[in-house]
Amino acid sequence: MHLYRMLLHLYPSSYRAEYGDEMTAIFAQELRQSGGELAKCGLWLAAFAEMFSNAAALHWEIARRDLRSAIRSLLKSPGFTLTALLLITIAIGANAAIFTLADFVLVRPLPFPEAGRLVKVWEKHPGYAEMELSPANYRDFKAASTSFASLAAYSDFAMNLVGQGEPQRVEGAWVTGNLFSTLERPALLGRYLNEHDDEAGAPATVVLSYSLWQADFGGDATVLGKSVILDDKAYTVIGVMPPDFNFPSRETLFWKTYQFQEDSYKERDDNYLSGIGRLKPGATLAEARSELTLVADRLRQQYPKENEGVAATVNRLRDDLSTQARLLLIALCGAALCVLVITCANLANLLLARSLARQKEFSIRVSLGANRRTLLRQLLTESTILGLAGGAGAIGVAVATLPLLSRLTPHGLPIQEFPPLDLRMLLLALGITAITVVAFGVAPAIRVCRNAGFSGLREGVRTGGTGHHRSRSSLVIAEVVVSVVLLILSGLLIRALWKVQSIDPGFRTDGILTLRTALPLPKYDKTSVRREFYTKVLTEVRRLPGVTGAAYISALPMVWRGGIWPVLVDGRSQNRSAGNTASLRYVTPGFLATLGIPIQSGRDVSETDTFDHPFVAVVSESFVRRYWPDEQPIGRHFNFGFHDREVIGVVGDVHVRGLERTSEPQVYLSYQQVPDGWLIGYTPKDLAIHTSQPPERLIPEVRQIIAGADPQQPISNVRTMEEIVAGETESRTIQMRVLITFTAVAILLAGLGIYGLLSFTVSLRQQEFGIRMALGARQGDIFKIVLRQGVALSVAGLLPGLALAYLSARLLESLLAGVRPADALTFSAAAVLCLVTTLMGTLVPALRAIRVDPTAVMRSE
Amino acid sequence: MTDRPESLLPLQPTTFHILLSLNDEDRHDYAIILDVARRTNGDLKLSAGTLYRSIQRMLELGLIEETTTRPAPEMDDERRRYYRITLFGTAVAQAEAGRLRSLLKMARLCGVAPRTT
Repeated sequence: MHLYRMLLHLYPSSYRAEYGDEMTAIFAQELRQSGGELAKCGLWLAAFAEMFSNAAALHWEIARRDLRSAIRSLLKSPGFTLTALLLITIAIGANAAIFTLADFVLVRPLPFPEAGRLVKVWEKHPGYAEMELSPANYRDFKAASTSFASLAAYSDFAMNLVGQGEPQRVEGAWVTGNLFSTLERPALLGRYLNEHDDEAGAPATVVLSYSLWQADFGGDATVLGKSVILDDKAYTVIGVMPPDFNFPSRETLFWKTYQFQEDSYKERDDNYLSGIGRLKPGATLAEARSELTLVADRLRQQYPKENEGVAATVNRLRDDLSTQARLLLIALCGAALCVLVITCANLANLLLARSLARQKEFSIRVSLGANRRTLLRQLLTESTILGLAGGAGAIGVAVATLPLLSRLTPHGLPIQEFPPLDLRMLLLALGITAITVVAFGVAPAIRVCRNAGFSGLREGVRTGGTGHHRSRSSLVIAEVVVSVVLLILSGLLIRALWKVQSIDPGFRTDGILTLRTALPLPKYDKTSVRREFYTKVLTEVRRLPGVTGAAYISALPMVWRGGIWPVLVDGRSQNRSAGNTASLRYVTPGFLATLGIPIQSGRDVSETDTFDHPFVAVVSESFVRRYWPDEQPIGRHFNFGFHDREVIGVVGDVHVRGLERTSEPQVYLSYQQVPDGWLIGYTPKDLAIHTSQPPERLIPEVRQIIAGADPQQPISNVRTMEEIVAGETESRTIQMRVLITFTAVAILLAGLGIYGLLSFTVSLRQQEFGIRMALGARQGDIFKIVLRQGVALSVAGLLPGLALAYLSARLLESLLAGVRPADALTFSAAAVLCLVTTLMGTLVPALRAIRVDPTAVMRSE
Repeated sequence: MTDRPESLLPLQPTTFHILLSLNDEDRHDYAIILDVARRTNGDLKLSAGTLYRSIQRMLELGLIEETTTRPAPEMDDERRRYYRITLFGTAVAQAEAGRLRSLLKMARLCGVAPRTT
């Protein structure tokens, strides 16, 4: 019968206690009366079967009853239920969304087989921790290294696609033939590019991205073998990549091979290749790094002039993320956790108050014979319902906010823009809340139930107890601490954003329309042909009403941050290793005036600065400061971009590399002073138009003008200069908005926490206040007592909050754009705001306290 | 407890048989199992688990009650619990019988049951 007694444990304990003995006795009797072993076996089998079904049915009945009673109880206090649900929904939803994004960007493996073995390979130059590889160095690194299973290279390269509807500029990548085999992702359709496609003279082939295939070819499976025209050359489509293949970035729409010729390896300081390698199984990052360092050392000795100061480094592809982007996400995770902590604290306070308020109800129920265990089970059911319903709402919040937050997904990583909602993160946040709900909803109830009975009835509801009061006060203090930290960090980041936004980019941003017309080769190989195009477009654009200036440049500042060349001044051997570099841009006359870049001395380039005239250059002030400090720069010569140039003008500096980064000095060259077919990547393609009207209004007319100049010329990147500059602070702005929302929620919750606690305390101390007033205390004295309690809570939280905020700000210093982590203004504003919130939370309870009627209190005594 | 006997209809066969068994006399748990088996010619053999699940529910609904009246000590087993049908239980059993009667009448009119038994 031991086994039967064990099986009885399947039943609910109350049922087992009530009927267990009788059931065992009956079963024993049946066994005794059954004849033969076979019959006994049958009885045991039947007992097993009915035991499982009956036990399950009983458990379900109990659960259903508890569920009904819990829902009834929650509906009886809609204020509490709604508040708790709202807290759980917001906190878990926000945490699930932010942690999903952080996990997606910072932790989850990239979408390639054995992605941990993928690394980025860089050259290291003095002043540049990471620089692209030159083809010659890439070839030597690849040949000499043994740590890599394969080493490939690529670079972003946009081309003009014609023949598929409107001509368009499409972003793509030029790759070495082993790139795809390095990444090990098979094509969705057809095949990917291989070494044969990369051989000089091999047929021109192209692989399409899934999005280009869908958008321009309607997802047609017969696209393979068809021809597409890219920059006036026909390429055969050999494959389509899967939708989640976003290498090197989400913008990449096609891939073609370089087909390097021997000539391509001539320039060892022409760095434009991004290196990507796959480590051999078992090879470590450190091994690859030290091996490439040795290779770079050898190359430095072999090519002392070209490779002077050039070293090499290797980083994991997963870590190819700016510190700022990483910190930004970590900061948001921290803020989300703060909100979770505050929510849990508030929830705990809410549940504690509710369990205390229900002490009388529990006492009555226990007195009437209710089982304490049943009461606890019902409370647990209530908490579970709150957790689950809040969790369901949180999924909604997370799903709704993820697309907004996904703008924080860095562009440089080969991942999709929208992370799918991570169930693990949701469960984690839900788990934390469930623990809070159970710990603070059920644990106090256990104590209340233990004390429940006649004593509980006698004491009524006014039995807060010092233990409860202390834990509620600690929770409120914790809320204040966390909200002060959030307030200060948000304040500091707002100040940092303002500071960045107030940086003068060095050019005007208002009233500037920009767009790109990248002229394809070989059609526009000749400078004279390009000149014809520019002249036609610019002349007509300048005639448009409202237009005060229009000009072309190789690439606008902040749009392209590269194009950095070594500068040789007055025959002195100045090279890149000494940091003597400048950004090279070809411009048409009038560019400086169009963008409002001030000419300090001399003149702008002009239409007379042609190829058969002396080569001239306009340089920025920092260029002059570096090479000819305190000297007259006009008329001086320097060597730059393969030619000797004469300085004809000095202009203000612009932030080529963005608002927050230091930029190299700038050199502007005449668009006509370049030999045919040279420096093709630098031919002017970005058009800037200054207008007194809203810039967007010009778009249709400008499109028409360009179509008139060349009907096959695509137009891309149409945007205003304001949008380009705003893009610089976009991720900061989103981060700030999220932080402000979190901070507002946090400070509101902290205020509510103080209000809730003081309201409860006032209701407990009504007798005391009544007696005090009867003994002569004035209303002002009572008001002060409550106020003091509120301020004490606030100050208790404020002081550690300030310290913690300072420490957190130190960690985030690189995000603060020079704002000091101990910024006095932010700290004092946060302290004042915290105290104001406290006072607001204290006001209502304090007013309630002074309205206590001493006569009524004495009478009730 | 529900006031109207009809609100509990139709009864589960087990519940109805237990009510019938207790309608004759107060019985203890095992006696109910034996009585139901005898009454149904062995077609319905209640297991201990099913019996007590039904008993628990019938006690909650007020159809039966536990009685303290026990037989003479020499005839008694102290582990046994005795149950008695309540007035409400009787009313519910009668209501169920009436329901079954109406059903039978309908079945007869439709010719799916013989006109006489």
